[in-house]
Amino acid sequence: MSNGRIVAGCLAPHPPHLVYAENPPQNEPRAECGWEGLRWGYERMRKDLDRIGYDVLIVLSPHWQTYIGTHFLGVPRCSSLSVDPIFPNLFRYRYDLEVDVALAESIRDEAEREGLVTKMMRNPDFRVDYGTITSCHLTNPTWDKPIVAISSCRATAWYSVEVMQEQQLALGRATARAVAASGKRAVLLASNSLSHRHFTTEAAVPEDMSREHVTSHALYLWDMRMLDLMRQGKNQAVLDLMPEFTTQAISETDSGALTWMLGALGVPELPAEVYAYGTVIGTGNAVVGWYPPEVTP
Amino acid sequence: MSVTLGVIVPGLPHPLLVPEQNEGWMRLRVAYEQARQRILESGADRILIYSTMWPSIIGHQMQADPTPTWTHVDELFHDLGSMPYQFRIDAPFAERWAACARARGLTARTVAYHGFPIDTGSVVALKLLNPDNALPAGIVSSNMYADRAETVVLGKATADALEQAGHKAAVVVVSTLSNRLFTDWVPPAEDRVHSQKDDEWNRKILEFLEAGRLEDVAQLSREIQKQIRVKKVVNFKALWWMSAVMGQSNRFAGHVHAYAPIMGTGGAVVTLTPTREGFGDKEFDEEDVEVFQGERSVLTRA
Ligand SMILES: [Fe+2]
Repeated sequence: MSNGRIVAGCLAPHPPHLVYAENPPQNEPRAECGWEGLRWGYERMRKDLDRIGYDVLIVLSPHWQTYIGTHFLGVPRCSSLSVDPIFPNLFRYRYDLEVDVALAESIRDEAEREGLVTKMMRNPDFRVDYGTITSCHLTNPTWDKPIVAISSCRATAWYSVEVMQEQQLALGRATARAVAASGKRAVLLASNSLSHRHFTTEAAVPEDMSREHVTSHALYLWDMRMLDLMRQGKNQAVLDLMPEFTTQAISETDSGALTWMLGALGVPELPAEVYAYGTVIGTGNAVVGWYPPEVTP
Repeated sequence: MSVTLGVIVPGLPHPLLVPEQNEGWMRLRVAYEQARQRILESGADRILIYSTMWPSIIGHQMQADPTPTWTHVDELFHDLGSMPYQFRIDAPFAERWAACARARGLTARTVAYHGFPIDTGSVVALKLLNPDNALPAGIVSSNMYADRAETVVLGKATADALEQAGHKAAVVVVSTLSNRLFTDWVPPAEDRVHSQKDDEWNRKILEFLEAGRLEDVAQLSREIQKQIRVKKVVNFKALWWMSAVMGQSNRFAGHVHAYAPIMGTGGAVVTLTPTREGFGDKEFDEEDVEVFQGERSVLTRA
């Protein structure tokens, strides 16, 4: 098979607060409300993605941290209970998801060809990280499509943002080739926040929106600068600024998710649709979609 | 003092799951067993763990599920096997611990949820140091945003809680020394400390600990962070906690049970027994702090 293609790349952040506030049956805690701007943004993105139609979600999560190489979920069906280690009061989610292991293996093979260190995760007791689950739930709450889950190799911590970007652009090329060969229509999810400084206290009612704001104006300015470039389609400039942004905004882009996704799209000059920007416990989060020109939602 | 023994152990799963694959991993495994014996002989009635592998954001979190039960798999070393566990946590003590932390100005809360992801380091330490759940345990997270003041105050709050409860505890720090892993798969037989510099620093730290100089090492934490720690969370801070719980001194009999590489990192099992004599105060230049006063911005008024 061939003629597969990436039909969308999305910035799809994973604060568990958003799932909590949606009150899906899979999640045990109940919320009154909260973070509507981001949740309604996700809702609009879902509508666009449904209109385009796709076969598989490929997600790279900052919360599957593998310091040795890039890992891929290699178990066809994963079901368990995911409890967020940081916000267990908000996220205790029963998941049951299907993995496109064949596509995962072929991305892995292409990544090896790019010279990356890789590993398939085959342990059936493995618990899928909450970043993967949250981004996939918010993008496709019915879970009626399989996913490919990719870990975050922590090259930013080990080396630098520059080395991380080299690796993630290679992983992006590998992903694009594997998707093309698969014959499938894939949506890529970069599961990361933008600025990433949290408050270290929580309101008695976590969804008390009178307490929600960005941690600092400096971080807001950085977030807006990046979103402005995305809206203008200056995606190479986004990558060029990434070292400074990641450091200055303590951004979760250190995970490589955004660089990977833009790399897989070929770093196009392509304006993005910003569905929403909002903060979650002080961190900056945007829901953003990039659609290749021949795939208009 | 309410602490009968200090223990430092690495949290990587190799000594638990595959010690036979490498001579050094086996030495660490044996050392874990020696440390377990020392804990029993010390007269401890509790075992308290500070794990550098359990990050938190909303202050510090204390595990309070009385019987956490799960089959854990490490996110990186998943191919080494699964780690089924059932632990015995002293839930009332966890509440007291969190309350003592709050009394000193810290943000702290207990967590008691089925399926809570107890970190690999805590699982490895409890399975090897307390295999039959002989001692009720406590586990506290490492707050990503905490620096020295919060960590020292957390140590003092831990001592307060032990004192109030009348417990005698072995306190365990789960942390490697140098933490640089290889970035490629290295066959177990070829494991070594990532660089000679890391190895030399590890040996210097162990020399201090062997001499009982716990607070001296704690005082050198920032330098250790600079020299041999990849900046994953923040500072090398676990020994700030341990020394604060144990009275911020150098009056210990130290014993290094084993030192060996685990996938490039420096892993050591060390025990520190409180004594009357000590090395004297050599490296004390950090300030002491009793109460955490919150984040104080230098640019705006609080
Ligand atoms: Fe995150």
